[in-house]
Formats: sequence, C-alpha cells, structure tokens
Amino acid sequence: MPISLTNEMMRAIIMDHSSNPTNKHTPSGEGYQKVHMHSDNCIDDLDIYLKIENDRVVDACFEGIACTISLSSTDIMCDLMKGKTIQESLYMIEQYQHMMHEEPFDDEVLDEAIVFINTSKQAARIRCATIGWNAANSILKDK
Amino acid sequence: MYDIKKVRLDFPMLQNKTMQGKPLVFLDNASTTFKPRQVIEAMDKYYLEMNSNSHRGDYDLCYNMDVEVAKARETIAKFINSDVNEVVFTSGDTEAINLVAYGYALEYLKKGDQILISETEHASNVLPWYRICDLTGAKVCFVKLDDKRITVEGVRNAFKDNKSIKLVALAHVGNVLGYEINAKEIASICHKNGALFLLDGAQSVPHMAVDFKDLDVDFLTFSAHKMCGPTGIGCLVGKYVLLQKMATFHTGGGMNVKFNNKQEVIPLDAPAKFEAGTLNLSAIIGFKAAIEYLTNLGMENIHKHDQELFEYAISKLEGYDNIIIYNKDSNSGIIAFNIKGVFAQDEATLLNSKGIAVRSGQHCAKMIDPVIGEPATVRMSTYLYTSKEEIDIFIDNLINGGDILDAYFFN
Ligand SMILES: Cc1ncc(COP(=O)(O)O)c(C=O)c1O
Repeated sequence: MPISLTNEMMRAIIMDHSSNPTNKHTPSGEGYQKVHMHSDNCIDDLDIYLKIENDRVVDACFEGIACTISLSSTDIMCDLMKGKTIQESLYMIEQYQHMMHEEPFDDEVLDEAIVFINTSKQAARIRCATIGWNAANSILKDK
Repeated sequence: MYDIKKVRLDFPMLQNKTMQGKPLVFLDNASTTFKPRQVIEAMDKYYLEMNSNSHRGDYDLCYNMDVEVAKARETIAKFINSDVNEVVFTSGDTEAINLVAYGYALEYLKKGDQILISETEHASNVLPWYRICDLTGAKVCFVKLDDKRITVEGVRNAFKDNKSIKLVALAHVGNVLGYEINAKEIASICHKNGALFLLDGAQSVPHMAVDFKDLDVDFLTFSAHKMCGPTGIGCLVGKYVLLQKMATFHTGGGMNVKFNNKQEVIPLDAPAKFEAGTLNLSAIIGFKAAIEYLTNLGMENIHKHDQELFEYAISKLEGYDNIIIYNKDSNSGIIAFNIKGVFAQDEATLLNSKGIAVRSGQHCAKMIDPVIGEPATVRMSTYLYTSKEEIDIFIDNLINGGDILDAYFFN
C-alpha cells in the first residue's frame, strides 16, 4: 500500500467504511469463533467473528454499535484479514499496534489500515481504533 | 457584583493552558472541577506545615490537626445547615451512598422490601442498591418518569402502587439532563409513607444553596471535587438518630472505644464510628477551603451564573435544526445534545481537537438511553468560572467545527 495516500483519500476511505461497513453482519454459516468487546469510554459494543480453517482466516465479520473510528477500523481489519494465515494476521495486528503508538512499523502489511495513522492525535480514540483488532488478536493468539 | 474575570484569576488551570495546541475550554464540570489557588495552598500547607495524623498523639501537631478536622466539619455543617456530628467524611459521593447501603439498608431491609430509584440515576446511586438487594432479597423499583423528569406526582404514585418501599434514593440534580427534583416535597411524601429518603447531591450541592434541615431529607451525599475541592474526599450528611442506628461499614482504628478477645467491640458515636483508619487529611483541609471559597462568592451568585450561561447558550443555539438539545427546559449548568447524524463520541473528539473538553456517552447513567431515545449524548457543563467567551467558542465550533475527521487530519 503506498503511504502516499493524501489526507483526502484517507478521509474518504474512513467515511466509506463507516457509512457502508460491508463486514458488519452476523455470520451466515457455522464454525465461527466470537469475542465480545466493549469500551467504557466510548459507545463501542461489538461482537467479532472469525472463521479459521487450516491455519487461515477464511472469514471475518462483526456486529454491534460503534463510533466512526471503531466501525471503520474493524471493517477494514475484516477485509484485510480474510485469506491471511494466522501468523500473517498476528503480524499485521502487531504492526497496526505499533502505528497506533507512534512506533516504527511495517507499512507494507497494513494496506488500507494506514488511514488510521493519525489516531494518536486523539489519544482517547486509540481504544476505538484498536477494539476490533484486539478482539481478533485474542482469538488468534491462542491458536 | 459577580466579577468573572477576577474569579478566573484564582484558577491556575485557567491561565494560558492549551489542549491540542488550542486554548483550553473546560466544559466538563459535571465530571470534576478546577481548584482555585486558595484550595491548593491550603492543601500544601498541610504537607508543608501541619503534617500529622489526627486523634493519635499527645503532641501539639496532632492536637492542632484535630482542631483543623473539627473546623472543617463545622464549615461543612454550616454550609448545608446540619449539625456538626451529622457530617461523616467519606472518600466521595460514591462511598457515602455505599455507606448508607451497607450501614443502613443491609442492616434494616429484608426480603419483600423495595428501594425506589429512577432510570436516570448515576451508577453510584444504582449499583449499591442492586448489591444490597442481592444480599437481602429486597428489590429495586423505578419511579415512572414524566417525559424524562422525576416529579412529585411520580413519587406519590409509586407509593400508591407499592406499599413495600422502605427507601428512596434520587439525585437532587441529574447528571445527564440537569433536572432538579422537588426534594422537600418528595421527602415529605417518603416520610408519610414510612420510607427514608437519600438525596444524591453530587450535582446540586456544588451549584446551589442546599439546606439539609429545611429539605428534611434523611441522607445527603456529595463530593468535594465537583465543587472546587480535592479528589478523594466527600461526605455523608445524615440525621443523627439514623447515623447512630446504622451499622459500621469500614472498621478499624479510630472508630472504636474498645474491643477485647471475645470479639466484642464498642464503636464510638457517629460520625467517628464510620471514619475508620487515617483520614484524607490534606483533602479535608482542601474541602474546607473550597467551601469557604464558594461561600465567599455566594451560592446564589454561583447558581445564577450557571443559569445565565445556560440561557445564553440555549438562545444562541436556537434555530440550528441539526443540533438536538435534550434538556432545553432545564436550567442548571448542563446541556445534553447531539448533532444530527453524528455519533456523540465523534463530536466530542472533534471538540477535543479544538481544545474544548466535553463528555460523550451515557455519563455513568447507563439506563438513561431509552429515556432520551439515543444511545449516547454529548454533555457540556459549566461552573462558576465558565465565561461567556468560552460558550461562544464552544458554540462556534459546534456550528462551524467542520467534519468529525478533521480531528485526525488537521492541526
Ligand atoms: C449524580 C451523581 N451521583 C454520583 C456521582 C459520583 O460521584 P463521585 O465519583 O465523586 O463519587 C456523580 C459523579 O459524576 C454524579 O454526577
């Protein structure tokens, strides 16, 4: 993903995923693992579902109430995670966390998620930008 | 004459502070308030000149500390018009409510009894009662609201329908919508029906004159930090006969006359029997200084100042159809609102990026969403040092603040 996205493009990506989150639905089939996450300083109250087969995330979706940042960041995460191995997913989550905390990170793997690079400007919203990612992490890390 | 410019000079937090590179506009005073120099200096004085425990030594420093604590208690008693020994120091409003829950309700309520509260209460005036109900088999019931408000009629009807109510616990001024209840009338209804009345004064005592004896409530609770005082201190004011009847809650040093190896304890009289362990002494000194500060300004003036700012803000917001205000008919220093189509948290973050501190969410009143009809609101709340200029900045940013994502992509 080119880091040369303009601010306008990044904003458009966030707005697109928050107004039309394609991964926001309950799973239609069987075999999903669910984690519930909520935050006490925001409205976020989400269920994250991952379907893992042969070491690979084959589907990811979520349902619940969320602010713009948690909605869009979780939706983007679901897009990016589908098809990745557990190892790849965990690495991506780790790099995303580094970006959140203004530490050096590998932008190659973050793709569209790079649009949240400025979250640290609004520190109170880091929790929102990471809620879905933390949920996925808690499912994947025990695999 | 209330001289706001002069008042503001007393507060270090109001001197050239910035947030997100913008002048700080603090409009989250229902959560906590800034402290004037007078309070900070009084607390420093404890550590710099008076450092000692209270009632534990035979030397002058310790004696003087006892005198200071007694003076603080007198100052508080005078401020809310109670007797001195009716004032119990607690860590804050929350602990004060818990003290009544565990000291009174746990002791005297039983299965079949009911505790009347409302769906607009703060968690601190809900969860202690839930816990007591778990322990005793009593039940919590809710007063029927009249379009978001608790009315005298609502309380009266609750007693008509329900003969088992033994305790009523309500906020004097709600922390989300800022509505004031008619505490005196409600106290009288409670007493006619054989119930006790706890008034949660967290949002009223800091903003208006509250007279414990005149209201004739049984318990009144509040926190110093919401009234220019320090965190970690507050009080329960209770009718003395009830305090004496109550069981102790925290036990330990400083609350007993004697005890022996047969597990017999003789507690001190109230209020000392509730004040186990070393008290938060610097905070008690600061609490006293805060009350002196408020008294000097005059509670009538402080109340009027809040009301004027409220009316000023509401009138300026008139005509902006995309700003939904949920409590236009209130008149305390709290405005609860949303911008159409914008999540409350997103709006609060945008305001943060402009240097404006407000709170979003349910403000600890987690049963209020069906009452308002929204999962979350933005709350702005003023205090005695809030200026019209700050209201102007706030409103200008509500109206012309731009897109919520500006919070991340500008600056
Ligand atoms: C109405 C009400 N009750 C209780 C509390 C709890 O106060 P504290 O956190 O100081 O104990 C608050 C504070 O927000 C409040 O607004």
